[in-house]
Amino acid sequence: MNPTGSIRRRMTISLALVAALLSLLSWSMVASFARQAAERTQDNILAASATIIAEAIRSEGGEVRLELPYAAFAMLGAVSEDRVFYQIETAGEILTGYEDLTTGSIAPAAGEVRFETTEYLDVPLRMVRMTRTVLAGEEAVPVTVSLAQTRNGIGTIAGDLSETAAALSVAFFVLAVALTGFVAQLSLRPLNELAQAVARRGPTDLRPVRRQAPSELTPLIGSLNRFMERLAGSLRRSEEFIAEAAHRVRTPLATVRAQAEVALHGAQSHDDKQRLRQMIRAIDESSRSAGQLLDHATVAYRIEDLSRDTINLAELAASVAAALEPTAGLKDIEIRLETSDVATLGDKVLLESALRNVLDNAIKYSPDETQISLTVDQQGDMACLRICDQGPGLAGQSTTDLTKRFARGATVTDVVGSGLGLTIASEVLQAHGGGIELADNPKGQGACAILTLPKA
Amino acid sequence: MRYSDIAKGLILAVWASALPALEVEDRKSYPGEGGAMISVLSTADLDVFEPFIRQFQQDQPAIGVDYTVASSTEIYAAITEGMKFDIVLSSAMDLQFQLANDGYAQAYGSDATARLPDWAQWRDLVFAFTSEPAVAVISRERFSGIDLPATRQELISILRDYPERFDQSVGTYDVRTSGLGYLFATQEARNSDVFWRLSEVIGRLQPRLYCCSAQMIDDVISGELAIAYNVLGSYAERRRTQEGGDRMEILQLEDFGNNMLRTALIPRTAENVTGAGAFLDALILAGLAEEQTWAFPPLQPHARQGTPEFGPIRLGPALMVHLDPLTRRAFLSSWEDAMEQE
Amino acid sequence: MRYLLVEDHAELAGAVVQRLEIDGHAVDHAPDLATASACLSAAEYDLILLDVMLPDGDGREFLAASRDRIATPVIMLTARSQVSDRVGALDQGADDYITKPFDFAELEARCRAVIRRRGGSARNEIALGKAVFDLTSGQLRERDMTIEFRNRELRLLEVFARRPGQILSKAQLMDRLFSYDSDVTENAIEVYVARLRKKLAATSVRIETVRGLGYRVEIA
Repeated sequence: MNPTGSIRRRMTISLALVAALLSLLSWSMVASFARQAAERTQDNILAASATIIAEAIRSEGGEVRLELPYAAFAMLGAVSEDRVFYQIETAGEILTGYEDLTTGSIAPAAGEVRFETTEYLDVPLRMVRMTRTVLAGEEAVPVTVSLAQTRNGIGTIAGDLSETAAALSVAFFVLAVALTGFVAQLSLRPLNELAQAVARRGPTDLRPVRRQAPSELTPLIGSLNRFMERLAGSLRRSEEFIAEAAHRVRTPLATVRAQAEVALHGAQSHDDKQRLRQMIRAIDESSRSAGQLLDHATVAYRIEDLSRDTINLAELAASVAAALEPTAGLKDIEIRLETSDVATLGDKVLLESALRNVLDNAIKYSPDETQISLTVDQQGDMACLRICDQGPGLAGQSTTDLTKRFARGATVTDVVGSGLGLTIASEVLQAHGGGIELADNPKGQGACAILTLPKA
Repeated sequence: MRYSDIAKGLILAVWASALPALEVEDRKSYPGEGGAMISVLSTADLDVFEPFIRQFQQDQPAIGVDYTVASSTEIYAAITEGMKFDIVLSSAMDLQFQLANDGYAQAYGSDATARLPDWAQWRDLVFAFTSEPAVAVISRERFSGIDLPATRQELISILRDYPERFDQSVGTYDVRTSGLGYLFATQEARNSDVFWRLSEVIGRLQPRLYCCSAQMIDDVISGELAIAYNVLGSYAERRRTQEGGDRMEILQLEDFGNNMLRTALIPRTAENVTGAGAFLDALILAGLAEEQTWAFPPLQPHARQGTPEFGPIRLGPALMVHLDPLTRRAFLSSWEDAMEQE
Repeated sequence: MRYLLVEDHAELAGAVVQRLEIDGHAVDHAPDLATASACLSAAEYDLILLDVMLPDGDGREFLAASRDRIATPVIMLTARSQVSDRVGALDQGADDYITKPFDFAELEARCRAVIRRRGGSARNEIALGKAVFDLTSGQLRERDMTIEFRNRELRLLEVFARRPGQILSKAQLMDRLFSYDSDVTENAIEVYVARLRKKLAATSVRIETVRGLGYRVEIA
C-alpha cells in the first residue's frame, strides 16, 4: 500500500499555517498599536512641554520675556533621545528659537493646540504649536510656542514593542504547532482505535463493527461493515463450494468403496479378493489425499491470522487420543497417555489437527498389538508432546524429508496415507513458534515425533 | 572688567555666527607615517593632551594628527560656519549637544562606543570620554586659621565672617565669556538656591572673573587669590603635582557636585571619518580605562567620596535651555546683578 | 443392532445397508430429514448415521434442533475435511463423525465405541448356550465368569456368534478382521483363533476346526 500522505501531517500543516497567519496578524496589529501609542505619547509629552513653556512667558515693562523652563526640555530628553527644535513667536516676530522652523505654517489661534508632522533640516518632525495671549503693557499680544521633536524615539519604542510582539508571536506559533501535533493525534485517535479493533479481530471474525465513533467515521464504518458483509458472503460461498465439491467427490468414492467391500465379502477367488483390496486401497489413498489438501488449505488460511487462546495441552491430548481410540483399536493398538498440565497460547482447531495427524500417522505405521505413548510435559520454556510408536522407525530419514509435502516414509510404502499430514503438523507448530522433530525411539524399536510449543 | 569686550563678542558668536574666522589659541601638527591626517579641534590645552596624541600615534603610526586649541564658543561658531574638522572635543557639553541637535554631527558606532553607558552618549552623535568635577581651590596660606568649609553654606559663612581677608581675593569664571563657567553656573543655579546666595556674597567681595581654570589656579598658588570657585578638577589635580602645588588645597564641597562630561563628536563636514573614528575610539577607551593613563579623570570613577552622587550633567535637550538667548540674557542679568553690586 | 441411516445418495446408502446387514445389523434407510423424523418417531434405534448434506437441509442443523428429543447416539457422515468440519459436527451434539469414504471396520469400531459410551441396551446380547455375549460391552458372561476380549478377538467371536454352527472359511474371517491396507496372511487367522480358544477354554463355547473348510462354533 502506498500512502498518499498522512492525515496527521496534513492537519498539522494546515493548523500550523493558520497559526502562522494568526501570529503574523497579531504581530502586525500589536506593532501598529504600539506605534500609535508611541505617537500619542510623544504628542502628549510635546503638548505638556509646550504648555510649560507657554506658562513661563510673561511680560515685563511692556516687553515679552521668557526663561525657558528647564523641566520642559528635561522632560523631552527623559523620554527619548530625539532632537528638539523650538520657536517662540509673537505677532509675526520670532522671539527666540529656530527661525525657519515654522515656515509655511500659520500660527494657531489663541487657545488652540495643533499637531503637525513636518520636516526640518531634512528630518521628519512632530511639532506642536499653541498660542497664548500675553498682556504686554496695555496690549494683548499672541505668543505662539512651537515645539518639535524628531521621531526616532517613536520608531525605537515601536520597534522594541514590535520586536517583543514578534518574539511573542513566534513563541505563540511554536506553541501552536506543538499543540497542533497533539490535537492532530487526539483527533485521529478514534481512527487508530478503530484500526486496532479491526486488526485485533480473528481471521474469521466478520461481524459488523459496532463501536462508538465520531460521526465523521460513520461512513467509513458503514463501508467497512458493508465490505465485511460482502466478504463474509463470499467466504460463505467459497466454503459452501468446497463443501459441495468435497461432497460431490467423496460421496461417489464412498459408494464405490462400500460396494467394493460388499463385493469383497461375496468374492470367492483369491484373485478377485486381491483386486478388490487394491481397488479399496486406491480409493482410500485418493480420498485421503483430497482430504489433506483441503485440510492444508484451511490450515494455511487460519495460520494467516492465528488466534491466541489458552489451551491446556493435557486436555487436548486426551481428547485427540479418545477420538482415535477406535481407529487404534482396530489394530489392537493401545494409546498410553502420560500427561501433566501444560498450557500454550494458540489456535485450538489447528493444534488439534496437528496432533491428530501425527497420532494418526503413528497408528498407521504401527504393527498390530503394539503400544503408542503420548506424553505431555515441559522442558524449560517449551511445552513438549512426544508421540512414540513401536513401528519400523525412521530408517535414517531426516525430519525435513519426512515433513516435506507429499513425502512418505520409505519404510511404509504399503500404508495408505500421504506425508501431507506431517507437513500440516509442522506448519501449524512453526506458526505457533514451535516445531516438530522425528527421531528413533530411544527405548528401542520405533520412532518418536516430538512436538514443541512455547509455554503460555 | 578685563574680559568684558571679548565677552560681548563671544555672546554674539553663540547665536549670530558672525565671527569671520577661528581664533586659534594654539596649534600643533603631528605628522604620521602615512599620508592620512586627522584634524582635531579641542578646548583642551596642548600640553595636557599631547601625551595622548603620542600614545595614539604609537598605536596608529600611519595617522597624522593636526591639533587645534580654541575656546568652546569659538569651536561652536567654527562648526556652525562649516569649517572642516574631523573631530571636535569640548568641555562645553551644552554647545556640543546643540551642535548635535542642530544636525552638525554625524553618527558613529563601534565596539568602543557600544561599551559606553547610556548617559555617556547621545544618539551616537555625542560621546563623553571624561567626567570632570567642578571644585574649589583654596590657598593654604590665605586660609590659615580658618576651618576649611565642607559645604557651600559654610563657605558663605566664612566669606561673610572675614570680609577683609577675602576682599578681591575670590576668583570665579566670568560666565559671560567662559562656556564652561556658564555651564557650571547654570547647572548649579538649577540644582540649588545656595548658588545665588553664594554669588551675592562673592559679589560683595569684588570678585575677580576669569576665562579659564588654569589662570585661576595659578593665582591661588601665587596667593593672589584666596579661593577659586568652580574650577575644573582635572586641571587642579594636575597643577597640584607641579611647582607650588603644595600651596593650594582642592575642596570638593559635599552638598553637591557638578560633573561635566568632556565630549567628542565627528562633524558632518569631517573628511577623514575613519581616522576620526579611530581617534574617538582611543579617547573612549582611555576614558573607560580602569587605571588612569592620562591627564583626565576617568569617565566612571570608582569612588567619588565625600560628595553626594548627583551624577554627571545629563546629555539632553535640557542643555539647550540656557543657550537660548532670552534665557541666557535673563540668567546673565541676574548673575551680573549678583556679581556687580558696588 | 438397529441403525438409522440418513443418506440421500441412494447407491451409497444401498451399499452401506447391505454391508451392515452382512454384519447382522438391522438398518432403516431415510433419504431425507423428513423421512428420518418419521422413522425416529416410529421406532427406536441404537444409532443414527447422519449425513451432513441432505436435500431438505443440513444434518447438523437438524441435529442441533432435535437433540433434546432424540437420545440416540449420532455419528455424522461428512464429506468435508477434518479441520473445518470436526468442531462444527461435535458442537452440534454429534457423538462422533466419520469422513467419507470410510472403512467399514472403522465405522463399526466407532459405532461400538459410541454405543458403549452411551451405555448400550439389552437387545444387543447373543445367547450362546449357557453363555451370554454382550455386543455392547464386548464381554462374555457364563455363570459367575466374565471374560474380556481384545478388539480382534472380539470381532472374531462376534462373527462366530452370529452364525452358530455355520462353517466360516479363513478368507471370510480375514475380510471381517483386517483392514484392507494391511497384508495379512491366512496364518494370522490361526493365531487369533488359537487365542480365542484359550480365553474360551473355561466356558461352554468351543471353536472347532473343520479341516480344509474353516472353523465353526459349537456350544456344549
